[in-house]
Amino acid sequence: MKGKLIIASIVLFLISCGDSTPKKKYGAENPSTSTDNSNPSYDPNRGEGKFSKVDVAATIDDAKASTGNKVYGVKCSSCHKLTTEKLVGPGWQGVTTRHTAEWIMNFATNPDPMITKDPKAQAMLEICLVRMPNQNISDDDARNLYEFMRKNDVAK
Amino acid sequence: MKSKNGLLTLASIAIALGIYSCKPKNAGNAVSADAAQKVYVAPGKYDEFYNFVSGGFSGQMSVYGIPSGRLLRVVPIFSNDPESGYGYSEETKPMLNTSHGFIPWDDQHHLDLSQTNGEIDGRWIFANANNTPRVARVDLKTFHTNEIIELPNSAGNHSSPFITENTEYVVAGTRFSVPPDNANGDVPINTFKQNFKGYISFISVGKEDGKMDIAFQLECPGVSFDLSHAGKEKSHGWFFFSCYNTEQANTLLEVNASQKDKDFIMAVNWKKAEEYLKAGKGKKVPVKYAHNIYNEKTHTATSEIRTEVTVLDTKELKDICYFIPCPKSPHGCDVDPTGEYIVGSGKLAALIPVFSFDKLQAAIAKKDYVGDYEGIPIVKYESALYGEVPKPGLGPLHTEFDGKGNAITSFFVSSEIVKWNIKDLKVLDHAPTYYSVGHLCIPGGDTRKPNAKYVIAYNKITKDRYLPTGPELAQSAQLYDISGDKMQLILDFPTTGEPHYAQAVAADVIRNNSVKFFKIDDNANPFVAKGEAEAKVVRTGKKVDVYMTAIRSHFTPDNIEGIKMGDEVYFHVTNLEQDWDVPHGFAIKSAANAELLIMPGETQTLKWIPEKPGMYPMYCTDFCSALHQEMQGYVRVSPTGSNVPLMFSTGKNLPPVEKVEKK
Repeated sequence: MKGKLIIASIVLFLISCGDSTPKKKYGAENPSTSTDNSNPSYDPNRGEGKFSKVDVAATIDDAKASTGNKVYGVKCSSCHKLTTEKLVGPGWQGVTTRHTAEWIMNFATNPDPMITKDPKAQAMLEICLVRMPNQNISDDDARNLYEFMRKNDVAK
Repeated sequence: MKSKNGLLTLASIAIALGIYSCKPKNAGNAVSADAAQKVYVAPGKYDEFYNFVSGGFSGQMSVYGIPSGRLLRVVPIFSNDPESGYGYSEETKPMLNTSHGFIPWDDQHHLDLSQTNGEIDGRWIFANANNTPRVARVDLKTFHTNEIIELPNSAGNHSSPFITENTEYVVAGTRFSVPPDNANGDVPINTFKQNFKGYISFISVGKEDGKMDIAFQLECPGVSFDLSHAGKEKSHGWFFFSCYNTEQANTLLEVNASQKDKDFIMAVNWKKAEEYLKAGKGKKVPVKYAHNIYNEKTHTATSEIRTEVTVLDTKELKDICYFIPCPKSPHGCDVDPTGEYIVGSGKLAALIPVFSFDKLQAAIAKKDYVGDYEGIPIVKYESALYGEVPKPGLGPLHTEFDGKGNAITSFFVSSEIVKWNIKDLKVLDHAPTYYSVGHLCIPGGDTRKPNAKYVIAYNKITKDRYLPTGPELAQSAQLYDISGDKMQLILDFPTTGEPHYAQAVAADVIRNNSVKFFKIDDNANPFVAKGEAEAKVVRTGKKVDVYMTAIRSHFTPDNIEGIKMGDEVYFHVTNLEQDWDVPHGFAIKSAANAELLIMPGETQTLKWIPEKPGMYPMYCTDFCSALHQEMQGYVRVSPTGSNVPLMFSTGKNLPPVEKVEKK
């Protein structure tokens, strides 16, 4: 009985404490899309977003990569070079070897919640100090961009 | 004897002042204990209503949240706005074009939200310009002024921009009658009665795109058209305008336009006018007026000068207009939600006349007239009158409706708002205002479906309501809870400019349609740079076009050399961001007008003519990221004839020159 009471009061303490403790390490710019980072189900390989399983063929899809290149020119090239050189964000060379397709496409389409909780994204934020903006990339364009990244990695 | 009379007069003035202008000793007493709870909107929570408030002499419209009274935004309409670049950027300059040239100011009095079936549909809000007559349409997806149309044959566009219940028309009337534009205006002022006319414009509104066009103008006697409202439901097809200066005075109107016991409300049968128009009874008249449209794809405005308008002569076409006598210099002219009752507010009167639409129709059918005024029949007062509200207060100005059979009228002279029942004309409640209230606003209070939780009073005098700020004070607005029997003052809030009429609507009607950013793919500005690969600098003679991009946190290009004295430089800045609330600013040292504030996906252009050779830094003015302070660059200006080649770059990382080269 006594033990139960203690557990109950610890639980209460945790709950009330949780309300006033900041949940996000660096805070979110967009509270409507961010979620609680205490969720233990977060998968750092997949990231968080729409994509759970991306089919990637053995060979490069040139049509996709070419569209991806165009999207890169409008929405990404201001900050990401195709080499390893960091501009505002990290250079893209080797990105497909560092992250899964799912992680990259989730991060491209859902950056803010991931910056808030993903260990790799947080480590990168400490280097770049600029939160990657949400460039409202469509699902198809995220896939096209991924193909363009693969092509870039194969070429280098 | 004489002095005794004088004393008596003084005494009665003192008594009158004591009754009508003395404020309660402690105004705080008027606020009840639960007021704070009623207006408190917790951090991160939204207000229940949008309140669109005219800016008066600021020329702009401000947007407040109700019940908190928080200022959400000021939308530039008729005055340029150095903060956003509106009226300064090359793209927006044409919005302020008129037949008199570029006019970057006006006096913005009234607003009306677009309606469908007599209910607010949340698509657009219309705004009038009183000084150089214009009507604007603001799109409520972007809160941008998307269209401005000028009004020929008009001056003092005051009884505007009131709309019909399906937004078929926006009206505009003349408060300062003048000789028509195509007549000789160079006439003696005291020929008012012979030469001056009052015009009313019916501006059609495109059902889908909202595009405005002057469908026709009514030529009316030279009086001052003050305010107006459209009929509803049964009276749809009619419009009602209050008129003063039926004396046709041209000097000291304060006295000379206040001679008659009754002026008029003019009833306009606009369906009849449409029939005459169809039958070809309109006269095409040469005029000049500007029609300006802002395109959200090119992010660019265009201005066109139009040269013809169709006029219907109401003296000849007898059954369009009718005058109803109304005491005394009426201001507000308001139609209740059923469309049956028309409330006139004679600002020098001590009663409120309520007219009946049915009785007016019967009187017109019987030709129950007491004469005519310059050819327009005058309906017998008693024949159109439903009844009078006796002694409601002093100086009624404007009436809104609660949809429960009651009206609330503002009283400027006695500084109060008064609730009264329309059917039995009995006064139900008085509440003081601080001080000298002008217009009122109930959400939907001039539509078929008022949402009457609150009434907002826009006061003309502020005095001691806020901490003093020198001689000039913000105009005060006051919020009253009207959900119960008694009106309860719950909040004061300061406003920008001088509010006249305002509109309010439940937040849900607007908020879900709000655009968050412009899609860069859809940007059709001729000077857009879609990505840094398209950034460039192009010289065409003395004209230099800089196609520049902005993204957190740099411009491309950010180093430009080879600009020469005598050049006209155009910075076309495209914001490449594609997320909500990430505008970038652009400013360059010595720019003679303003900055640019560029929304995500937009392109805006600043024209710059350097005055002397030297180094000119440019930078982002809108704090955009942790490296915002680094978002800067340089433009080098050389003398005329210099051989510095045109160069531009970003991040070329050329080794810096360590020493000055010796020649």
